[in-house]
Amino acid sequence: MKSRVKNSAIPATFTEATLRVNEFRRITRVMFDRPVVVFGMIIIIILIFTAIFAPFIAQYDPTVPNFKAVLAQPSSAHFLGTDQLGRDVLSRIIYGTQISLLVAIIPVIIAAVLGMGLGLVAGYTGGWAGIIIMRFTDAFLALPPLVLMLAIAAALGGGLKNILISLSVVLIPTYIRLTRGQVLSIKFSDYILGARVIGASNVRIIGRHVFPNSFPPLLVLITINMGLGIMAEASLSFLGLGISPPTPSWGAMVNDGYSYLLSNPLISLAPGISILLVVLALNLVGDGLRDALDPRLRGIL
Amino acid sequence: MKGFIIRSLISTLAVMLIVSVLIFLLIYITPGDPVRIMLGMDASPEQVAALRSELWLDRPLPVQYGHWLSNILQGDFGRSLRYQEGVTSVIATRVPVTGYISLLSLIISVFVGILTGTISAIRRGSALDQFVSVMANAGIAIPIFWLGILGIYGLGLKLGWLPIQGFTPPTTDFWQSTRQLIMPVICMAVPSIAILSRQTRSSMLEVTRQDYIRTAWAKGLKERVVVLKHGLKNALIPVVTLVGLQVRTLIGGAVLVETIFNIPGMGRLMVQAVLYKDFPLLQAVTLLMALIVSLANLLVDLSYGWLDPRVRYE
Repeated sequence: MKSRVKNSAIPATFTEATLRVNEFRRITRVMFDRPVVVFGMIIIIILIFTAIFAPFIAQYDPTVPNFKAVLAQPSSAHFLGTDQLGRDVLSRIIYGTQISLLVAIIPVIIAAVLGMGLGLVAGYTGGWAGIIIMRFTDAFLALPPLVLMLAIAAALGGGLKNILISLSVVLIPTYIRLTRGQVLSIKFSDYILGARVIGASNVRIIGRHVFPNSFPPLLVLITINMGLGIMAEASLSFLGLGISPPTPSWGAMVNDGYSYLLSNPLISLAPGISILLVVLALNLVGDGLRDALDPRLRGIL
Repeated sequence: MKGFIIRSLISTLAVMLIVSVLIFLLIYITPGDPVRIMLGMDASPEQVAALRSELWLDRPLPVQYGHWLSNILQGDFGRSLRYQEGVTSVIATRVPVTGYISLLSLIISVFVGILTGTISAIRRGSALDQFVSVMANAGIAIPIFWLGILGIYGLGLKLGWLPIQGFTPPTTDFWQSTRQLIMPVICMAVPSIAILSRQTRSSMLEVTRQDYIRTAWAKGLKERVVVLKHGLKNALIPVVTLVGLQVRTLIGGAVLVETIFNIPGMGRLMVQAVLYKDFPLLQAVTLLMALIVSLANLLVDLSYGWLDPRVRYE
């Protein structure tokens, strides 16, 4: 089995298309060879599935209080018990996947697009524009993500929309820095020089050569940043400055349950385990992706 | 080396200047009138006008910024709206608290991180290595506020071994202070331990493959000498950068840990400032945190230039 794959890495007809397909197969094989990566992937699939089908999976409404069942202990009716307003903890965790999925995906897309663009400019054209972009990047990176998000929350207020904005702001510098580094390492290579010699335009060089070659590490960063997004939203909501109640957010749930630890610790502890599992899964998949794409990146990312 | 130091200093200064502009502009991205938001809706027009002229908000932007910056450089951060006293004196008592717990966390994370990373690399593939790797992965993914609450529930409320909140200066009652700080410091250190352990392991494994390590073994040196003197010493160069970056992680963690354990430091102060829309206080705390992180980065750059001379000429 393994030798067959090895042989097919050097096909008789050496076209770009076959090379790409084999590369893709090699990457998936290396990735899913490791049980922890498969474990991470399963968690992520469960997360996506739960977020989409939450109304069908959850037994109870996550936001409507039920004062007949306040702080109920875990039972067959309420698997993880209920919170201080009588809401089913499990149902709230299930609906909480929706917020987590949103804060994982949307800011990463916004930040990746803007960050890669600015990073390309900074790395490829350099000059004053590059210096200014990098100084601003350093300035944003001088603050811990949570502190920067708190400062933005002070100015804009809480709520989902503002969290998505502040998370994007927090993540953009990471893409700028990585893209610029990648571009600088590729810029002076022989194949770029070759493309320039045969008269390729800047747009073509960036689109055909620079961007595709700097993409693999960015893909890893995207995966890891998804975990960062979930963690940052949870931290902000935990501090009461994120998602506004009654929308279920895992971080806010940990905070809600804090005052009721002695009556039912699960109100606080169970949502935290969800955060841990999802962020762990994203990191494991990110690690697997990195090792499959380019093992030399270990330690840099 | 001299030129390198000067260049590093200038770039740190430039970064801090940009940070100060961004923090200054923070108040202007607020939708609506910042003065109204700070004072609340029931403020009289006279109060609004008074605060506006106190903050120089009725003058052109560059003038405002110049005034603000020159005050800050003289140690005057303005007056806190919530505490009704000078921001500088409010902050002064909080800085040492955050500094103390951050320093303790940094020392613990460097020690534990490098130790577990090294052991993991030397005994690669063993059960111990796998355990450390799993813990390191989990350590990065653990929400520290959750870990804190787990500790409060288990070690505090259920077992009654440790106090669940508060802070006592170590000079007043060292034993009480230490007992109160065990949980917060561990919570703060966990992500950094995990990051440093992973980096130490992977750069140790990288170094182990080098020719000079094989030479050291071939010379018949003791394992201890090969691992510590030839291996670890070279493997630690990338770790040094990461230690500097942990200052940023720790300050972010301080915000959460101080809130959970009710510790009167800069982190909790910042959360309060956000909740009360106390912009002068918020700006001061944010600026100070950025300064600490930037100085840590500067220190890393300088030590890096010292450890690896190639860096100086970039």
